[in-house]
Amino acid sequence: MLKIENLHVKIGQREVLTGIDLEINAGETYILFGPNGSGKTTLLMTLMGLGNYEVTGGKIWFKGHDITEMPTYERARLGVGMSFQRPPTIHGLSTKHLVRMAAQGRDFDVESMARKVNMESFLDRDVNAGFSGGEIKRSELLQLMAQHPNLLLFDEPESGVDLENMHLIGKTVRTLLEGEIAPRPDCSMREQKEMRSSSGLIITHTGYILDYINADRGQVLYDGHLCCEARPRDILEHIRAHGYQECVRCLN
Amino acid sequence: MPKVDLSQFEFTGHASNLIEDLTTMPQAEKERLIMSGVDVTGVGRSGTFLQTDHNAVHCETHQPGVEMMDIKDALKKYDGLDGYYWTQVDPDKDEFTRAVAENVHGGYFIRVAEGVQVQDPVQSCLLIRANDTGQNVHNVVIVEEGASLHIITGCTVASHDTKGAHLGISEFFIKKNASLTFTMVHNWGENSVVRPRTGGVVEAGGVFQNNYVSMKTVKDLQSYPTIRLAGAGGIARFNSVLVAPPGAYLDTGSRIIMDAPDTRGEIISRTITTGGTIIARGDIQANYVPARGHLECKGLILGKGVIHAIPELRGTVEGVELSHEAAVGKIAQEEIEYLMARGLDEDEATSTIVRGFLNVDIMGLPARLNDAIQKTIEESEKDMF
Repeated sequence: MLKIENLHVKIGQREVLTGIDLEINAGETYILFGPNGSGKTTLLMTLMGLGNYEVTGGKIWFKGHDITEMPTYERARLGVGMSFQRPPTIHGLSTKHLVRMAAQGRDFDVESMARKVNMESFLDRDVNAGFSGGEIKRSELLQLMAQHPNLLLFDEPESGVDLENMHLIGKTVRTLLEGEIAPRPDCSMREQKEMRSSSGLIITHTGYILDYINADRGQVLYDGHLCCEARPRDILEHIRAHGYQECVRCLN
Repeated sequence: MPKVDLSQFEFTGHASNLIEDLTTMPQAEKERLIMSGVDVTGVGRSGTFLQTDHNAVHCETHQPGVEMMDIKDALKKYDGLDGYYWTQVDPDKDEFTRAVAENVHGGYFIRVAEGVQVQDPVQSCLLIRANDTGQNVHNVVIVEEGASLHIITGCTVASHDTKGAHLGISEFFIKKNASLTFTMVHNWGENSVVRPRTGGVVEAGGVFQNNYVSMKTVKDLQSYPTIRLAGAGGIARFNSVLVAPPGAYLDTGSRIIMDAPDTRGEIISRTITTGGTIIARGDIQANYVPARGHLECKGLILGKGVIHAIPELRGTVEGVELSHEAAVGKIAQEEIEYLMARGLDEDEATSTIVRGFLNVDIMGLPARLNDAIQKTIEESEKDMF
């Protein structure tokens, strides 16, 4: 699904990512750990093709296309979807209208989907105007449900979110990744699971999201390098016990 | 600002015949009227007033409790409208007020009787039809105690290049617990000179809501309506959405004077230039407490043009709460990228943001007017990016 080869990224004069290699298969969810400033957000922004992130070397492949130089909207139309951590407010544009545009002409029942993420009373409000942390996350998820991406990029799903919202967000992220899995006469739940095609790349600090999703692999991004590939839960426990210091040794 | 030479305009000799049925007007004029908020069918309106050049040509209302007539008739009927006429605007303010004081051609008088809530808006239009016309109008609106009214008023010229000067005095009286929504849509042309002079007073518990839209080129416009909140609990809000295409010069502002406790004032303007000049003024004065006022002017320069935001706050007693927020700039790259990440290309994203910026939903306008405004925005988008 996604393949990153020797990716180098500069912001201004500073090289933030110094040779990233990463492959995420169809249906796989990859968890990214790392201390603040290690380049995690830069990696997501670069995958979406945003802002002042200059790729100085390497390639990004998505569904077999080289998207390294592709404009953001073409990546989105190809199936890359990102949840923004601090999205801008857009005056005069209703949330409902944006969700409809995100569906890109696909059939999407905005009202009933909004109910699922508790956003029905926000549909007429301007996009992100005065939204709390949890409301922003739910609004982002609603847009992504409409967008229906094949690769979901999510920067810290748990930041600024209370426990109740975390539960709703966790469940929704799982649905986005795995689809609605329920007992069906024609298809076992295991078969349904195998049919899923959405992949995820999720940044987390706390690991709360791991309670809800089935994450296959994880890695630590430290100082622009990836290291310590392992099961996400093992990485999390290791970081909790020893901090990121061990990663430095690993890298050396 | 360029000096206006009133001697270039004809302030006599443009009498017009009455128009019984507005649907018989030329198609081109009807379309300009729609963009000015005036629906010639009168559907969904409580009354219609139309003046062309130097006199009223149509005036009808079928709504009980609403009185509407030519200002000259009102002056005769009500003994010079003593206590109202020329009380909110000083006739000696400038050469334009003096011109109207010396020779008033018309204008409307609207009064809503005590306690009458008028559901459908009253519409009025001041049209300049003949080239070189100078039009002097004087409007007086009285909303009696506990009554409410929405006036949609359009000002336009018969054709975009008609040369004309419009000098307009408007005086508003919002009595105790009454409310007036005044929506003004300007649809002038590249040879229009426009000098509205507006003042009003809001008594205790009254609400004045002013909506102002101007999206077409106007050669030279200057206006600065002033509303005084004279009674406790009075509220005034000004909401303006302005576009200055190349060749437009708009010097506009709104002023709220809070002269009583528990008053609130809000002035919000959103302006875009695609080549013209906009001076966006705003002034809130608070002389009693508690009083809260907020002023917001946001401007986008798309291509060429000038936006000069001048927000002013004046508090004269301890405890007033006044704030303002002003920004002149370009469309935020961050907003464009956000929409692009949802699959909109750069043009779609830009246009979506501009339409949001110019969104007038909050004004609660009739559907046909709203559609006409959206159409105008679409047309002006080609100058924007």
